[in-house]
Amino acid sequence: MLGAVVLWSASSFPAVPGQKLGAGFLPMLIGAGLLLCGLVLVLRGQRSPAGSSAQPAPASTLRDRASALAIIVAVVAYIGLADRLGFLLVAPLCLLLVFRALQVRWALALGWAIVGTLVVHLAFYKLLRVPLPWGLLRPFY
Amino acid sequence: MDALATAFGMVFQPFVLLVILLSALYGLFVGAIPGLTATMATALLVPVTFFMAPVPAVAAIVTATAMAIFSGDIPSALLRMPGTPASAAYTDEAFKLTKKGQAELALGAGLVFSVLGGIFGVLVLILAAPALAEVALKFSSFEYFWLVMLGFTSAIFIAGKDVIKGCVSMLLGLLIACVGLENPAGAPRYTFGNAELMGGISLIPLMIGMFAVSEVLRFALAHVKPEQVADRPFGNVFSGMGRLIKKYWLQLLRGSALGTLVGALPGAGADIAAWMSYAISKRFSKEPEKFGTGHVEGVVEAGAANNSALGGAWIPALVFGIPGDSITAIAIGVLYMKNMNPGPMLFVENPQNIYAVFIVFLLAQLLMLPLGWMAILAAKRILRIPAALLMPLILLFCIVGSFAINNSMFGVVIMLLAGLLAFCMERWGFPVAPTILGVVLGTLLEEHFFSSLIKADGQLLPFFERPIAGALGAITLLIWLWPLGRRLLQRGAARPS
Repeated sequence: MLGAVVLWSASSFPAVPGQKLGAGFLPMLIGAGLLLCGLVLVLRGQRSPAGSSAQPAPASTLRDRASALAIIVAVVAYIGLADRLGFLLVAPLCLLLVFRALQVRWALALGWAIVGTLVVHLAFYKLLRVPLPWGLLRPFY
Repeated sequence: MDALATAFGMVFQPFVLLVILLSALYGLFVGAIPGLTATMATALLVPVTFFMAPVPAVAAIVTATAMAIFSGDIPSALLRMPGTPASAAYTDEAFKLTKKGQAELALGAGLVFSVLGGIFGVLVLILAAPALAEVALKFSSFEYFWLVMLGFTSAIFIAGKDVIKGCVSMLLGLLIACVGLENPAGAPRYTFGNAELMGGISLIPLMIGMFAVSEVLRFALAHVKPEQVADRPFGNVFSGMGRLIKKYWLQLLRGSALGTLVGALPGAGADIAAWMSYAISKRFSKEPEKFGTGHVEGVVEAGAANNSALGGAWIPALVFGIPGDSITAIAIGVLYMKNMNPGPMLFVENPQNIYAVFIVFLLAQLLMLPLGWMAILAAKRILRIPAALLMPLILLFCIVGSFAINNSMFGVVIMLLAGLLAFCMERWGFPVAPTILGVVLGTLLEEHFFSSLIKADGQLLPFFERPIAGALGAITLLIWLWPLGRRLLQRGAARPS
């Protein structure tokens, strides 16, 4: 709780510097507001004994945390690699990673990763004409 | 009347009807899977609707959400797991009914009263929206400024549990809205020299991130094994419904009216409507002791309320462009993309579009009866699909969808960051709805504030001079001061004792 509070009040500082008179007005108000709320939250956090201010986060196991991390890694990998390697290569790999992170059996995961990629490719690239990146596969297009 | 005929022509086309049918099935499916919410269903639909004409696009959203809110009742009755947050209020009650061997009653009541509540909400929408639009035509920037303020106020003070945290969420949303060149001065703000940020943060990837990606992350952290559904064929779910309607007509009306009202308030949607009307139903019931033991009364009232809230939420969305809940916040984004900017002018310039939306609404409610029944019959099979298989596919869909809006990888970056932000916010107890409201209304707020300020020559008094603006402003200030006043009163009352 306190960590969150500190984070909010800290994040409000860069908001304060105003630019031109007009454009800076709203950000200035927002910065001031965030600062104020942060202060109130800090005060409230101090008044009530630590931890009592309801943090519902259930204890998650290491394994669950790893799987959440894997999801983030998969998206970051897609962002970084899709343009270079192409959608048809990166998407199944990302899917496979997330499937495994959620403890889906290998065979099932592999099958669904390929089917899912193909379905999305058909729906978005062929049907809706979204230019999904080709990357390495460009020569085969 | 001409417009009405045109509207019928727009809706009853093979393509539009097909879209409605498909999105109905999609909505039923998404709603029935615990962990996938109605808002997520909408966010995932947007990339697809992006490529449609306005009427089928809105039709898809309207139908899918209505179905999802009903079918959330199915797993709550059979598994004691609400399919959408809107069913959470009466999950225990419905599950206890099932345990008593009355699964048909629980599901049937959920279905029939969802339809009736939904129709009530739509009727109010049809009657109220054009009338309000006529009033809204006379609004100047002063009135709009106060309306937006009132929207924020209601999202924070009425819908939220914690006012301060709600404030932080809203300010965060406003901060996101500040990014880019779109401000009265045309000065780049928070772009950090990045060309992509100049255009501002696009709404759709943000929404997909906040409502879908955060949900996938949450699923990964709280890995729950689904329970087994009682293996038993269902009887006729409609038997006894006529008797229920006769017995609980008052509850039906009360739930629907409350649901519509709560839905129309910005920031409060179907889930809050269900909680409130379940509580009211218990409070005013003749047999409150039966609540919590498998009593159908609360299911009737709250089931009607959460579906009527959907119609209610569209009232401020269509008339003022102020979303009544997070689903309409997404829908407003879609309307803007389709050049169907919400506001009173929509009713004057394109009445046929508005009528078409109304017709779709009614059609969706009527379709819910047969399709909902089919969903109940197929429930066992739907509920057997493991969510672990769906989540990665949803993630891929999110990525491609965010990419598709601007055909740029930057959308995917926004999606990921928004997902992480929403996930952390929820963990720390900050509500997400005010943030979305802040993002959607931020530009509107600044625009109206500055044009009002210029008109008023920099003075604040004219903000209260026009009668409607003055009243709206007074209400807003009153709600702000209310907690303070109450504390003073309490302190005053405590001192003599």
